[in-house]
Amino acid sequence: MMWRVLIAVLLGLGLWQGLIALTGLAPYLLPGPGAVAQAMWRYRNELSLATLRTTTEVLAGFSLGAALGMAVALISAMTPRIDMVLRPILLTSQTIPIFALAPILTLWLGYGMAPKIAVTVLMTFFPVATAFLDGLGRTPAAYLDLAQVMGASRWRLMCHVRIPAALPALGTGLTLAAVYAPVGAVIGEWVGGSQGLGALMIHANGRMRIDLVFACMSVVTGLALIFHTLVARLVAARFGRYR
Amino acid sequence: MTDRLILSGSAWVGDVPLFAGLRLELPRARWTALLGPSGVGKTTILRLIAGLPTGVRFQGAVENARPVALMAQDAALLPWLTVAQNVALGARLRHQIPDWTRVQDLLHRVGLADLADRMPAALSGGQRQRVALARTLMEDRDPVLLDEPFSALDVRARLRMQDLAADLLRGRTVLMVTHDPAEAARLADHLLVLTEAGLTQHRAPPAPPPRPPDAPDVLATQARLMAQLMQPL
Repeated sequence: MMWRVLIAVLLGLGLWQGLIALTGLAPYLLPGPGAVAQAMWRYRNELSLATLRTTTEVLAGFSLGAALGMAVALISAMTPRIDMVLRPILLTSQTIPIFALAPILTLWLGYGMAPKIAVTVLMTFFPVATAFLDGLGRTPAAYLDLAQVMGASRWRLMCHVRIPAALPALGTGLTLAAVYAPVGAVIGEWVGGSQGLGALMIHANGRMRIDLVFACMSVVTGLALIFHTLVARLVAARFGRYR
Repeated sequence: MTDRLILSGSAWVGDVPLFAGLRLELPRARWTALLGPSGVGKTTILRLIAGLPTGVRFQGAVENARPVALMAQDAALLPWLTVAQNVALGARLRHQIPDWTRVQDLLHRVGLADLADRMPAALSGGQRQRVALARTLMEDRDPVLLDEPFSALDVRARLRMQDLAADLLRGRTVLMVTHDPAEAARLADHLLVLTEAGLTQHRAPPAPPPRPPDAPDVLATQARLMAQLMQPL
């Protein structure tokens, strides 16, 4: 596993360097891996602070988004009437470009952490809600027959059969949402505020510090991959036996 | 007996008749096998008796319907519960306290006393069906409905399960849906064949079930059942 990741990273760096050699783009337009590494080191204090800020937003946004997504899925699964209304709203909410929504959220919620967390919530709740709802709707027919014959109430059926049977699907949704969460936080930071990796990126871009922009992007990518791996491991450890 | 369970009526899938003017009786404390090709409505009949959704339009009645216990081809063990917890599932779903002594006793009777704390994923197909049988007995219901419960097992496991089920379900009203004439001839007191032409009754061998699979009258019965299943419409 570690070897495969290492080979992929080395291959990516090689392609990157190759692209520079091929296109002959100036270093201030497309810096090489070495220049980006240098920028990472030079701006390590700013990057650390920004990473801490973004990580906080990611954790808060992901937790809230996951909780909201699970709640929406459970309500929908329990009450078909609400489901009929909620599903189109869910889908519509995802057709709104998040880039258009982020400035409005900043207007409403100010320049603090709140709008960034809100964007992250919007990005994460949908994959969680749809995956969990899908799982709740796919309880094996044999389980449902058995529960009905045994005289289970709707509530007991939900708690003891449908929810546990849907946990692997919920795990898939959580793992997917973990990839989106850092992207959501960064989009929120682009639009307003002066802290976090997104803000640092915009700031560096304005001053033509492309090497710092690339450094920020590398950190965001790393953050997303680490977060994804952690969530995937947690999901496998906690939900593995429900499969 | 006045309280024997009787299903009578007709059923349609959309506008296409599935069966018409059917009357099926389950004699008390007897094993009834319902045999027939796929698609004639065997499972539908079983589900109507169980009170489960069928997706067909049914006009008729189930007299003396009682709460049933169900065992199907899919053992349907919940993968997140241990073997013992699966046997006690009914109590869990009804918010009752399970009788763990009885669970252990039933697991002992199906030969799985040592596996009570295992997870279902660690079991073989035959072991899974044994757990399902213990869970069915745990419900202590009459009638017991079996929907091709052994058809996914290999021959040896199937014969052993048949013996075990015949032994443990003795004295209960059983309806077993099957498409295996040999299984029906071994186990049933009453043999019913459902084809597109309707329901016909056959005489079962006189020996009490489970009968040896190679006994002459079992083989003869099996041959008669096969002959009817092969009859042109």
